[in-house]
Amino acid sequence: MQAIKHEASVVSGTESKTVEQTLPARTASKRRFPSLESADTSPAVRLLVPAIKTVVPPLLGLALLVLVWAVVAKSRGGLPGPLSTWESAKLLFADPFYRNGPNDQGVGWNILNSLGRVGIGFGLAALVGIPAGFILGRFAFVSAMFAPVISLLRPVSPLAWLPIGLLVFKAASPASIWVIFISSVWPMILNTAAGVRAVPQDYLNVARVLRLSEFKVFTTILFPSVLPHVLTGVRLSIGVAWLVIVAAEMLTGGVGIGFWVWDEWNNLNVEHIIIAIFIVGLVGLLLEQVLILLARRFSFGQGV
Amino acid sequence: MEKFVELQGVGKSFDSRKGRFVALRDVNLTIRQGEFVSLIGHSGCGKSTVLNIVAGLYDPDAGIALCGGREIDGPGPERAVVFQNHSLLPWLTCYGNIYLAVEKVFGQRENKAQLKARCEAALALVNLSHASDKYPHEVSGGMKQRVGIARALAMEPKVLLMDEPFGALDALTRANLQDELVKIVEATQATVVMVTHDVDEAVLLSDRIVMMTNGPAATVGEILEVALPRPRERLALANDSAYHGYRSAVLEFLYQKHLRPAA
Repeated sequence: MQAIKHEASVVSGTESKTVEQTLPARTASKRRFPSLESADTSPAVRLLVPAIKTVVPPLLGLALLVLVWAVVAKSRGGLPGPLSTWESAKLLFADPFYRNGPNDQGVGWNILNSLGRVGIGFGLAALVGIPAGFILGRFAFVSAMFAPVISLLRPVSPLAWLPIGLLVFKAASPASIWVIFISSVWPMILNTAAGVRAVPQDYLNVARVLRLSEFKVFTTILFPSVLPHVLTGVRLSIGVAWLVIVAAEMLTGGVGIGFWVWDEWNNLNVEHIIIAIFIVGLVGLLLEQVLILLARRFSFGQGV
Repeated sequence: MEKFVELQGVGKSFDSRKGRFVALRDVNLTIRQGEFVSLIGHSGCGKSTVLNIVAGLYDPDAGIALCGGREIDGPGPERAVVFQNHSLLPWLTCYGNIYLAVEKVFGQRENKAQLKARCEAALALVNLSHASDKYPHEVSGGMKQRVGIARALAMEPKVLLMDEPFGALDALTRANLQDELVKIVEATQATVVMVTHDVDEAVLLSDRIVMMTNGPAATVGEILEVALPRPRERLALANDSAYHGYRSAVLEFLYQKHLRPAA
């Protein structure tokens, strides 16, 4: 996230002012490297220095992770080190989309299957959660009515819902979709409702003075005003959904990244488990970044 | 000139956690068409409450509020409000914010080109034609407030209501906007009610200054006619003895007769 903003300020000098306003961290990072700052005279240096500052710290962090991993792998027998994992990954990604029967498919298929389940479960949750959030935010009575229900159900561990899903749907895949749905619906309900309650009275006064119709109030004031909150809810929900899918699939089986991890554990192919951890992390990171970009597009200078 | 806005025995209370708070009691005020009236008083004296009653955002508990001979029943575009914190919608451009108002008021009678012309004229009036496509967060505080004024004026209101319109701005920007407002008001002959706590602003802009007593249960204390000739010029007035006379009359009311205790 920081990296994107830094690059934006480098590429377009004219926009750097607005970029800085949204990012106090930029000035903070300047202070941390005072020695590099004084040397910028030529334009090339002025472009390079911030780029280095952006790229070097994350790379150092990742290098440290690999180092710790290598040391731990060296001292403990069973854990494969970075090198053998890398070799295994090269083989694995050489053919990610093979099919050898229902229980032996390429890692690509497993990821896509998991994403599909998350997509359906999360999509249903959005379909239910966002409108529900609007209603809860708009009507204090409904909100008071459902507050105890939500407080009761929200802290339940997602996997506790799995048996209910299996019982009702009598199949593994709908049951894991159900688990995704029930665990990712809460952040969207709560954030949307909070967003509706936080619509500034001034905007509503503008609507009253103009005597805007209910429909116009919704489209021009309520919806754009609540949208950043909705997107925050969506981001949290996607995060939860992606967290939960691995665990759900481990229990239900079928094709999916969670099942794949469990299957490789049974095969004692630990390299593949480590690769799976990286894949899960990477996909989660990508989902998060896409939603952060979306949220920034619709924040209208209000800060996200 | 005819009576245009009329408040007769208006009272207003609010329910707070500490019980009922009487903000206004027995407020009587008449505003003529084309008149510029300022409401001045210490903070918490209910001057904004008076404005909100005229706007229709609050209902009075007692008395009657009339505009154009009819009882005020809820807010409406004929009583446009310039809010203290500009209240521009952040997801609309400066132009878009004005268009929203213009479309609502004139959309049924006029075509798109006419509506567009109205928005452009309103932006030109406050010297912001160049910022038409900017979003509110991309322009300065003074510019936002000018867009707020343009939005209100574009509705061609019968009364323009301004709630401390320049309160959040720095002194120099405020002076510039006051000068602009003087010109706009003289050009459009608008009826204006402005809430302020700035004595110079009140004397410079107003035909009459309504000085309010301290709350709770605030009411109109004195009304000062400002008979300075128009057009008014800030620099010329700086050495004008009449101007200073009005200024000290307001100051005397605020700081001798109604000094806010322990505030």
